Amino acid sequence: MLPRFWRKIKYRYDLVGSYCENCQSFFYPPRNLCPHCRRRSKIKEVPFNGKGKVLSYTVVHDAPEEYKDEKPYVIALIELENGVKVLSQLVCDPKEVEIGMEVKKAFRKYGEDGASGIIYYGTKFVPASHF
Amino acid sequence: MKVGIVSYGTYIPIYRIKVEEIARVWGESAEAIKSGLGIYQKSVPDVDEDTATISVEAAREAVYRANIDPKDIGAIYVGSESHPYAVKPTATIVGEALGVGNDFFSADLEFACKAGTAGMQMCIGFVKSGMIRYGLAIGADTSQSKPGDALEYSAAAGGAAFVIGKDPIAVIEETYSFTSDTPDFWRRELQPYPSHGGRFTGLPAYFRHVTSAARGLMEKTGLNAQDFDYAVFHQPNAKFPVRVAKMLGFTNEQIKPGLLVPYIGNTYSGSSILGLAAILDVAKPGDRILLVSFGSGAGSDAFSIIVTDTIENFERNPSVWDKIEKGVFIDYGMYLKHRGKIRM
Amino acid sequence: MHKVAIIGVGCSKFGEMWDSGFRDIVISAGVEALEDAGLEGKEIEAMFVGNMSGGRYLAQEHIAALIADYAGLAEFNIPSTRVEAADASGGLALRQAYMAVASGVHDIVIAAGAEKVTDVGNPMDIMISSIDKEWEGFVGATLPALYAIIAKLHMEKYGTKEEDLALVSVKNHKNGALNPKAQFRKEITIETALNSTYVAEPLKLFDCAPISDGAAVVVLASEEVARKYTDTPVYIEACSQASDYLAIQNRKDILTMNSVVVAAKQAYKQAKIETKDIDVAEVHDSFTIAEILAYEDLGFVKKGEGAKLIREGVTELHGDLPVNTSGGLKACGHAIGATGVRQAVEIVLQLRGDAGKRQVNAEKGLALNIGGTGATAIVTIFSR
Repeated sequence: MLPRFWRKIKYRYDLVGSYCENCQSFFYPPRNLCPHCRRRSKIKEVPFNGKGKVLSYTVVHDAPEEYKDEKPYVIALIELENGVKVLSQLVCDPKEVEIGMEVKKAFRKYGEDGASGIIYYGTKFVPASHF
Repeated sequence: MKVGIVSYGTYIPIYRIKVEEIARVWGESAEAIKSGLGIYQKSVPDVDEDTATISVEAAREAVYRANIDPKDIGAIYVGSESHPYAVKPTATIVGEALGVGNDFFSADLEFACKAGTAGMQMCIGFVKSGMIRYGLAIGADTSQSKPGDALEYSAAAGGAAFVIGKDPIAVIEETYSFTSDTPDFWRRELQPYPSHGGRFTGLPAYFRHVTSAARGLMEKTGLNAQDFDYAVFHQPNAKFPVRVAKMLGFTNEQIKPGLLVPYIGNTYSGSSILGLAAILDVAKPGDRILLVSFGSGAGSDAFSIIVTDTIENFERNPSVWDKIEKGVFIDYGMYLKHRGKIRM
Repeated sequence: MHKVAIIGVGCSKFGEMWDSGFRDIVISAGVEALEDAGLEGKEIEAMFVGNMSGGRYLAQEHIAALIADYAGLAEFNIPSTRVEAADASGGLALRQAYMAVASGVHDIVIAAGAEKVTDVGNPMDIMISSIDKEWEGFVGATLPALYAIIAKLHMEKYGTKEEDLALVSVKNHKNGALNPKAQFRKEITIETALNSTYVAEPLKLFDCAPISDGAAVVVLASEEVARKYTDTPVYIEACSQASDYLAIQNRKDILTMNSVVVAAKQAYKQAKIETKDIDVAEVHDSFTIAEILAYEDLGFVKKGEGAKLIREGVTELHGDLPVNTSGGLKACGHAIGATGVRQAVEIVLQLRGDAGKRQVNAEKGLALNIGGTGATAIVTIFSR
């Protein structure tokens, strides 16, 4: 997992996605090839602003082993201001979340590779009303 | 050359635990602790927060408010005594998350609760020498305390980040440090919790170093307590900074805006600089601020800071006090889970 | 293109089979299928095996050769191929076998599906690898969580209720009670479903199919060869497969599984039938919401009206369009790589009139097998 995680650090630590200059589309996670333009793709990396709204969500009660500490937690499908959809954990009281809620990015721990392994950090979201 | 604080950002986790709740579990008198320490509650990090996440959030706010290109940051220093890794820097995580690039000076610092101000001094030196344009100094902690120990009432989480550079919102006109080998509080290698010398941490450690650094600075600058509009001292509890202010001739009014410890506890490396941030939130151009940190072991860094006109167009919301007031209270069981103290 | 018939079917019991290993389960289904077809074994020319994750469930790869070996076919040295598309692996195996016969390359081909999941402690954690591990799984999403996000939006946009989802579960348990191979052979009440604990809101325990041990085998033959073996062949009129974005965040509309829409359209066209010609269907109810979506994406109803079919009892065993007469994944069990083949077994039994107590009157049947959250879909149309 270590090299696999490290390779994408840039895109996990912040919302760095792809933009196709040929068709003006944004993508997250980043892509090397635009699904609309393929061979004519002109992909470049762009940081996305971390604001969006909740399109849909769930509260996870039955969590995988490595996420048991955080349950119940919210996983939301979030639409960013540039129209890109991002699936992310939304850190908040599960009673607080609703469709349409404004959210913003936050830097959090995803987990760790055991007590002596590396720590995985990345982007999650929080309600925009949180500081 | 006017070098100082170009921007600042802060982060305080949203969770709080009350002194009553901790005292309930350990069979102690909450009233006695509240009157003894002057602390009512403390901040608690979420299960997915640590010094790295707090550092990144504070730094992001600072960089956003500074409205600078992160690539212009030439140095990052993170001061903490709770770095997530014993070996492997926190500063690299911050650099990567901010998109600073790869050409920057960097290291993690540790000097108990004054590692954040030590980073500020290093950045001042770098900027003054012309080696970098902006330096980022962060002090952040998710401080450890043994369950049942007196420290458990105060050991809290939070941090502040300062962008140091030219054309600042507040000029750092002078800094002075007082350092000696005084082991009042420590954590040995491989030990999960720090130990302390009890009352020894008072006079020979905190009071001696804070007063000596403050007096040294005032001597160097020819200033006295009345020349400062505000003062902020390291806040291991509410008693020490109030008492040291009095010893140095400062009034309660001068320290009040920066006295955060009753409501969030001691954020260690974040403590005095979060206080400074709270003062900058309300300061006006021309105001002079005294900042004195304290790190066990022991040392104090004193700074004389003058607020400039630039602060008037600087985004200061949400304020530190806004963040302090936005708390969600948890019970002791949840606190143990958040702090990873439940043995599985 | 040759017309393809199914001349024999077999299915193991589905469930937690503590006494049986992977090989035992596969063999029990295989023996039943060969017996049903009246084959000795040496007539078999090729084999395709659907298996999602032998590597992680059993630390065993090279599954296709293993199955050919333990099926007693090692001496014949036939080509045996494993195919994988998460829980659509079985459907994939069926399609590969179908194409091998339709193309004329082979006359008699086995399509098998098998999974043994209970030899590991956390079978669900392995199932998660059917979604985008890097960008869905890594952030804490689970397979139920993604279907829950779809369900939540379906409820918000179309007024589907948790009660509607529960009705799907109640119906499938009712059917499963009549299926001797099913994992859960007990009817449940709507209260039981509604009062079960949340797995990922709004999905509860009774909205989620179990993951099970199980295997299923069908024997395919060209029409000419089939006549030699059976008087009741069931024909595969079409078997279409389609894919979609792996992660739901990349889909334009998470309430439509484009893979299903496309595969169904192609299948109807090839079979020269319309939706209304379907008499019985097995659909991939890994979650109850998936059955509702299937109603819509297969064209049984318009988008957003899926819940109407379950509310009005249309898809009940004796409704106008019985769906999941086997009990579906929910009650019959979901042996991941076996499921797509197991669905074919059920449709064949229904079309031949061999479905026992759950028999419905049907001439044309459809099976929909889905991988993960719909990045792969296989729609197969069968006729008597």
